[in-house]
Amino acid sequence: MKEFQGTSGLIFNEPLLWEKGKKGRRGFSMPRRDVVPSPVDEGLAGDGPDFPDLSEVDVVRHYTRLSQWNFGVDSGMYPLGSCTMKYTPKVNEREAALPGFAGAHPLLPPELSQGALELMYRLERYLAEITGMDAVTIQPAAGAHGELTGMLLIHAYHKSRGSHRSKIIVPDTAHGTNPASASLCGFNSVPVQSNEKGIISAEAVAAIMDEDTAGIMITNPNTLGLFEENIREIAEIVHSKGGLVYGDGANMNAVMGIVQMGKIGFDVMHLNLHKTFSTPHGGGGPGSGPVCVKNILEPFLPVPRIIKEGDEYRLSGEFPESIGKLQAFYGNFGVMIKACSYIISMGYEGLKRASQLAVLNANYIKENLKDSLYLPYNRPCMHECVFSDKFQEGEKITTLDIAKRLMDYGFHPPTIYFPLVVHGAMMIEPTETESKEDIDRFIKALKSIVAEAGKDSDLLKRAPTLPKVRRLDETAAARKPRLAG
Amino acid sequence: MRYLPHTEEDVSSMLHAVGAEDMDGLFSMIPGNCKMEERLNLPEALTEWELNTLMDGLSEKMAVSPEYKIFMGAGSYNHYIPESVSYLLGRSEFSTAYTPYQPEISQGTLQAIYEYQTLVTRLLGMEVANASMHDGASALAEALLMAARVTKRKKVAISRLIHPYYRDVVRTYLEPGDYEIVELPRLENGTTDISGVAGMDDLAAVAIQSPNFFGCIEDLRTTGEVTHELGALFVLSFAEPLAYGLFKNPGCQGADIVCGEGQSLGIPQSFGGPGLGMFACRMKHVRDMPGRLVGKTTDMDGRPGFVLTLATREQHIRREKAKSNICTNNSLCALASAMYMASVGGTGIRELACLNYDKTEYLKRGLREAGLRIPFDSPTFNEFVVEFGEGFKDTYKKLLEQRIIAGVSLATWYPELSGHYLLCVTETMDREDMDALIKEVRS
Amino acid sequence: MKTHEWARDDGDSVKVGINDYAQDQLGDIVFVELPEVGATFEKGEEFGTLESVKAVSEIYMPVSGKVTAINEALTEAPELVNQEPYNDGWIIEVKPDDPDEVNTLMSSSDYLEMLKGEE
Repeated sequence: MKEFQGTSGLIFNEPLLWEKGKKGRRGFSMPRRDVVPSPVDEGLAGDGPDFPDLSEVDVVRHYTRLSQWNFGVDSGMYPLGSCTMKYTPKVNEREAALPGFAGAHPLLPPELSQGALELMYRLERYLAEITGMDAVTIQPAAGAHGELTGMLLIHAYHKSRGSHRSKIIVPDTAHGTNPASASLCGFNSVPVQSNEKGIISAEAVAAIMDEDTAGIMITNPNTLGLFEENIREIAEIVHSKGGLVYGDGANMNAVMGIVQMGKIGFDVMHLNLHKTFSTPHGGGGPGSGPVCVKNILEPFLPVPRIIKEGDEYRLSGEFPESIGKLQAFYGNFGVMIKACSYIISMGYEGLKRASQLAVLNANYIKENLKDSLYLPYNRPCMHECVFSDKFQEGEKITTLDIAKRLMDYGFHPPTIYFPLVVHGAMMIEPTETESKEDIDRFIKALKSIVAEAGKDSDLLKRAPTLPKVRRLDETAAARKPRLAG
Repeated sequence: MRYLPHTEEDVSSMLHAVGAEDMDGLFSMIPGNCKMEERLNLPEALTEWELNTLMDGLSEKMAVSPEYKIFMGAGSYNHYIPESVSYLLGRSEFSTAYTPYQPEISQGTLQAIYEYQTLVTRLLGMEVANASMHDGASALAEALLMAARVTKRKKVAISRLIHPYYRDVVRTYLEPGDYEIVELPRLENGTTDISGVAGMDDLAAVAIQSPNFFGCIEDLRTTGEVTHELGALFVLSFAEPLAYGLFKNPGCQGADIVCGEGQSLGIPQSFGGPGLGMFACRMKHVRDMPGRLVGKTTDMDGRPGFVLTLATREQHIRREKAKSNICTNNSLCALASAMYMASVGGTGIRELACLNYDKTEYLKRGLREAGLRIPFDSPTFNEFVVEFGEGFKDTYKKLLEQRIIAGVSLATWYPELSGHYLLCVTETMDREDMDALIKEVRS
Repeated sequence: MKTHEWARDDGDSVKVGINDYAQDQLGDIVFVELPEVGATFEKGEEFGTLESVKAVSEIYMPVSGKVTAINEALTEAPELVNQEPYNDGWIIEVKPDDPDEVNTLMSSSDYLEMLKGEE
């Protein structure tokens, strides 16, 4: 049993929701009617939506079956690079579901919402401490929303000084969200290439930094899983021309308690609570993307802000230079509860240990696989390592084939074809919550796939064969989009 | 720590395998001047049981229903959520998965989102809906940016009766570009005065909310006609989608983009987030739409399946030319709303919407009979404005002591309406609770 | 800027498409964004985009002029660009501002030489 890998067992078919049910069924306990009906203006009344009518059993069975076609962190190792698919603690779900939190109206008067305000205040202080930055907003809903916030802060900063800068430097290894966020703020992205060591050199930045450049967006550790060793010099160059340094903190999981982000030159950075701080990814959200800043940017932070006076907390909108609001209310409070619970459960030692083990796991994979898969940057990595399919070119096997075959072995594939600077990239981020045994199994699976590529490459081309469906026709989906049933 | 599986033996053998002497040796690439020297000043780690006590204590400081009778809406609504929805949503195959980039092992999320997209198009009467945005406010901002892309124009007209916070978010998003925002005033009946739109040239969009911030149903058809005459897009925002269980949907009345907050449909209020940005448009504009889309296709064996599609609009491919920077959205909340819509059903949503409407009318009638003025005579859904008068602040405080929260004061956002309050009633409010409020404000 | 459009002089107008090499590099084309008839562009200006499942590529004007026709068939069948890039997969028809400009373009034989240089 111990060596058995992959999936097997029953896979139920399940129709679409509206192919089930019968008119007159219901999966909802209709509240008692204790008032008389009132007339509705006939010109305004509609027919109501064409939803199916289902019983509670219909609904429960439908979604249970659908869930069984999904792979989650609780199903197995999910080494998706750049995404930090760590275990999501179950007790955090309990805290977020507490009636006092889940049922709270956002416009409650402050005296009736001290619990939520205190939790948000605490989380801001913890994040400021972990990053070494001065002030924090937890309003942004996700990483890219945090980036947008950061760009708006930089825009507002320059504007307050009477200057208008049109450019922003973005390395070629950046997440796609970086240039997209910058362009929402009207900045033109100026690319800077990483060097042969996979990092940005100070000279490359010096060559393009000028007085029309608002700043630089830099991911550290970067998307190759490498630490930007020249970060302090780069920051000095950018600062000397009046620019600001934006840190994409998506990879903070590598450096908690190890690097003080506040002292490496970042003026503003975002975090992803759904990566580093263990909140569930939810199949694509909700996340939370707090933004941490140095004092120079604090006046521009979004409103409302949480203020502590004595032992009382309240929300304040009285910041005239603020960039305004990013969401209707205060951000994804439900996600904040989980992240705060995580930090409180881990403490300083736990967080530092998590980063150490995340880096240890990634280096262990790198060392064990570098003879089987091509490693374009053979240097000590941080929390993730990037391989490519170069060794398999002769067998005409691609990264995609390897990724798909991994599914048959019971693993979620790594991030593929990113970062763009590595042709056929496979970006592996195990996270700290994978045990040595599971990592050993993953390594063994990949080695076995590499061996299969040499012997029976058809096995890879046909993969996966065990999941609910096999490779899907994405071309047909895009040519004739069928987006609703 | 129970989330960290490594034994000391594991650590030392792995360190050996990577050629590092100790943990610090793993971080040799980090320059000394970047390293953290001191301990982080964080509280000592708590056990699971201590954490529960701490969180119980914080949550108990919050005023929530049913202990409190909360007549507040204003963009966040208290509706019953079936236990089956919360239970299903807790299935970790859904909650602990990433964005479904590997479709073969993400069919659960993909089919569920495809079904969500479909239910949203049916609810709103639109042709295509995306997989979700962050919330109703950011969805409106993105809708206006989309209208500007489609029309290649930079002026937008937005109603003053759109949620004040949504308008704040729109201003934040549009500030760095050279967009022009014109606010449309209100009429005496509590709906938007769109007469000023007729003379505006170079307009990208006209945006109104229905039910609007005062709960009033807007005249969508006329707004659509006026907007289309100018070659602009009609953007409809909403905060209470349950209204479309009873009232005509925006799609059949000419809306080009419909966007709003879906929290009402099975998502806890949770102090304002996470919510659900619903976003729908006409098929002809789909390539300018922000956000992810799931489409139906077939696999190598011809079996039906689902994939993320039309991804070339998105940031990870088009980078600085993307239609939006959105990446992580509110997928799990979209799933919750789909489960909720499926549970309530077509017949049920109409009945539930009627119940909400009737209860609100009951309170409205009762207050009117108690001698209070209901200043706007347009039909409303779930919410309405009442004039309690200037001296009501003291009564409001007194009611708080009795655990009744008598709505939201409008004075902050509409200074001309001081003494006016926005009241909300949903199916969770009993007749006795409404009678109690009526009795208190009468005396 | 090296681009991969072709232009063919049809007397009054010039037909424009992308060549076989470019369609092969892009892979399965799923959508062609076309300009409006009557729009005018400078030589070298972007007039549309080609989308495959995971990439987008801009298409540029080989000559300055006014768009007199677009290949409506591509709306329903973008795969024509893959299948018949020089015939049914044409993209737009242009009335050049300067009828002689088309003669200044690279010939197909020079183009093939250039590709060899890229490899």
